[in-house]
Amino acid sequence: MDYAFFQAYWWFLVSLLGALLVFLFFVQGGQTLLYTIGKTEQERTMLVNSLGRKWDITFTTLVTFGGAAFASFPLFYATSFGGAYWPWMLLLVCFVLQAVSYEWRTKAGNIFGHKMFETFLFINGFGGLILFGIAVGTFFTGSDFTVNKGDLTQLAMPVISTWHTPWHGLEAVLNVRNLLLGFSIFFLARVLGSLYFINNIADDMIVKRSRKQVLRDAIAFLVMFLPFLVWTFFSQGFAVQPDSGVVFLEKGKYFFNFIQMPLVGLLFLVGVVSLLYGIFLGAFSKSSTKGIWFAGIGSVLAVLTLLLNIGYNNTSFYPSIYDLQSSLTIFNSSSSFFTLKVMSVVSLLIPFVLAYIVYVWRVMDKKQIDKAEMDEDNVKY
Amino acid sequence: MGTLDLSIIDWSRAQFAVTALYHWLSVPLTLSLGFIMAVMETLYYRTGNEEWKRMTKFWMHLFAANFVLGIAGGIILEFQFGTNWSNYSWLVGDIFGAPLAIEGIMAFFLESTFFVVMIFGWNKTSKGFHLVSTWLTWVGATLSALWILVANAWMQYPTGTFFNIDTVRNEMTSFSAVLFSPVAMSKFFHTVTSSWIVGAAFVIGVSSWYLLKKRNIEFSHKSILIASVFGLAGILLTIFTGDSSAYQVAQKQPMKLAAMEGLYHGKNGTSLIAFGVLNPEKKVYNDSIPPFLFKMSIPDGLSWLAYHHLHAFVPGVQDLLDGSYLLTMANGEQIKPLTTDEKLTFGRMSHQAMIDYRLAKKDKNDSLMSVNRAIFDATSPYFGYGYVKTKTQLVPNVPLTFYAFHFMVIFGGFFLLFFALLLYFRRKIQNMKWLLWLGIFSIPLAYLTSFSGWIVAEVGRQPWAIQDLLPTFAAVSNVPVSSIKTTLTIFVLIYTVFFITIVGVMTREIRKGPESIK
Ligand code: HEM
Repeated sequence: MDYAFFQAYWWFLVSLLGALLVFLFFVQGGQTLLYTIGKTEQERTMLVNSLGRKWDITFTTLVTFGGAAFASFPLFYATSFGGAYWPWMLLLVCFVLQAVSYEWRTKAGNIFGHKMFETFLFINGFGGLILFGIAVGTFFTGSDFTVNKGDLTQLAMPVISTWHTPWHGLEAVLNVRNLLLGFSIFFLARVLGSLYFINNIADDMIVKRSRKQVLRDAIAFLVMFLPFLVWTFFSQGFAVQPDSGVVFLEKGKYFFNFIQMPLVGLLFLVGVVSLLYGIFLGAFSKSSTKGIWFAGIGSVLAVLTLLLNIGYNNTSFYPSIYDLQSSLTIFNSSSSFFTLKVMSVVSLLIPFVLAYIVYVWRVMDKKQIDKAEMDEDNVKY
Repeated sequence: MGTLDLSIIDWSRAQFAVTALYHWLSVPLTLSLGFIMAVMETLYYRTGNEEWKRMTKFWMHLFAANFVLGIAGGIILEFQFGTNWSNYSWLVGDIFGAPLAIEGIMAFFLESTFFVVMIFGWNKTSKGFHLVSTWLTWVGATLSALWILVANAWMQYPTGTFFNIDTVRNEMTSFSAVLFSPVAMSKFFHTVTSSWIVGAAFVIGVSSWYLLKKRNIEFSHKSILIASVFGLAGILLTIFTGDSSAYQVAQKQPMKLAAMEGLYHGKNGTSLIAFGVLNPEKKVYNDSIPPFLFKMSIPDGLSWLAYHHLHAFVPGVQDLLDGSYLLTMANGEQIKPLTTDEKLTFGRMSHQAMIDYRLAKKDKNDSLMSVNRAIFDATSPYFGYGYVKTKTQLVPNVPLTFYAFHFMVIFGGFFLLFFALLLYFRRKIQNMKWLLWLGIFSIPLAYLTSFSGWIVAEVGRQPWAIQDLLPTFAAVSNVPVSSIKTTLTIFVLIYTVFFITIVGVMTREIRKGPESIK
């Protein structure tokens, strides 16, 4: 197993974390629906408690995604976070607001009242999702940065990564394609949120409204995502000459990547179909609660394969439109061979981590949340 | 290219300090209360006594309110390396990133998964599984402390690494050297065991308040008993690990040690300052103004602390910067460390070698490349000195480091006495109002002591982000100062709201008391 293998392996892991994160964003999506699906205080309490048992896994996945990106692709971490300062910082702010909201919201001593923390949950849902989507959009559309390692010895200005817009990342908001992806993630998360409620809560009204909501958000999702996809497939992609490492623009690059990596392409299709089937179950089935599983697996596959698409097959995953040759690939931005190997050993723990999470969820979700449980004076959010 | 706006560094540091401070409001309590309630739940599991369950649940409520504050602060700290310290992230991400990633995989998921079971699983899982979850939550928190402290220790003592001139960054050569570095070990144990003091003080303080109010008497005595045993173990271990920390600092960061003690001129057999007042007139390390207005000291104490040898020479600031001296090691052996002038020369040589190497590489001049590579490899452990313009830049803030260190040690002594007194008087404390009040005040004191420890560790190592390799001013991201000021303001606002809320939530839960728990 050579260096390139481990670089590909870590790109796979980072992409998997990103994909799981998008699935787990059902929490954020659900948060934006608290007042749409929950019409009474009691219904909202059920929704909040249902999400409240999952939010910290989403949060932890985000943090681990960051940690893994730092450890395996430090040049990306340095360039993107230090350059696109604003979108990332605002994204973090959205998550900081979320972390305390479930726990403190209904506590007697909370002098700001529960409305404020519900607003925080909404900000986290709305802002967190859209900013995340926009930030990931730049992986396809490119950003304005340069990397010059020689700058390290420039005593007056030793910073090697430079961002070339004064907006420090906010300019990404003006790119329509980034916005399309941002809103795709937003509506997808809402679809997943509703599907999760259908699965997790035993309450006729909530389930009924959630089913309606699945359809609405699914339509909005498709309206945003299909143009993004078509546009991305057939516009210029950031390709890399394998021998020289020279980056150049290639029309249809992302489409051809799927053709040239048929397994990845196939899994992408499977993902999309599974997602659509999950939506169908959620919106049209009378009794099935399984939509979340199909849609969940579908979105994991779709996001995973999209990220593999831009990492593999001589593609730049974090391109610079300011200076093409500063674009980042999994080869020029990764950690050393040694570090990747060490961390790969640690990564063998991941199946165990997944296993205990699944086990715990099964134990905790054996019984759906219902009104009776909320009325018991047990611990609740 | 341009020039780096120097206030970027100050604001980035301010932001890091503020966010770290808020994070540290939560962490020590998580590390310690987690253990205390796990012990209580174990007692419940073994005796079946509902009273223990009620106690567990009561402390667990407070634990949960505090835990989420830690999560809120932690995420910023992690991503801030990228957003505000991007040069740092690139230059050492190969080593520093790994513990952060491992922390996520190994610790955070454990913590957050079993936290949910612990809070909501009382009626959904078996007693045994619930108990295991409570313990695992604490284990996860402690493991996460391990990994982040390994990362921090590596900045203080970069080991298991080499500077790769081709990739222009430091790369890991030995994971075990990073993980088991002596600095990492003493840091981990000192940080974790000193945090136990915070949780012990918290439980004692709350229980003392009940005793003063003459309510929850039985509950309070039991809680105080468990907490004082735990606290006493904590402070004994803290003193022990603090001593090994100081030994490590002396070896690896002698300038920090000099600042901790306000020591400018060393000698064979240096005394340890027990208590002292610094002379505010002293401005520069090599002026003739005496550093102290007043001091009480223990003869030969510092030599012993730093080198485990009564007559060892402990270098002061001026020895380190201008002189050359012999170090006596614990086994009596003497060595002559590099002088600052030599390090500065090496730093400049390594910079020049890197520049020449890159030029030679462009010209495909192999022999020139290998010459420069050889120079670089020999001098790169002092690469950071290439950024240093004057020697005064190498001196940390002495008063802050000095006072923080002495505050920590003096209150370490206080806590030893305090926990011992509580265990000595046991139930009699009920009528000892002064001791109960002291119990309440011990909560803020424990936090302040813990904070001062971090001030020692982090202010004392300036100007280095990574000892000898990278000064803080070359570690930053090039982000406009106005942006950093804005994000800092946002964080201060949010955290202030959080702080007010948590104080409100906690006070209310405490007022309601364990009797409100079903
Ligand atoms: C009583 C004797 C004590 C000694 C000799 C001692 C010694 C030290 C030293 C030398 C450091 C700096 C380590 C470094 O820079 O790498 C340190 C840091 C620290 N101390 Fe103490 N300490 C003592 C008591 C305490 C107490 C009572 C607390 C808290 C309640 C505490 C909390 C800390 C913390 C949080 C740090 C920062 C983390 C670290 O660097 O380990 N210490 N201590």
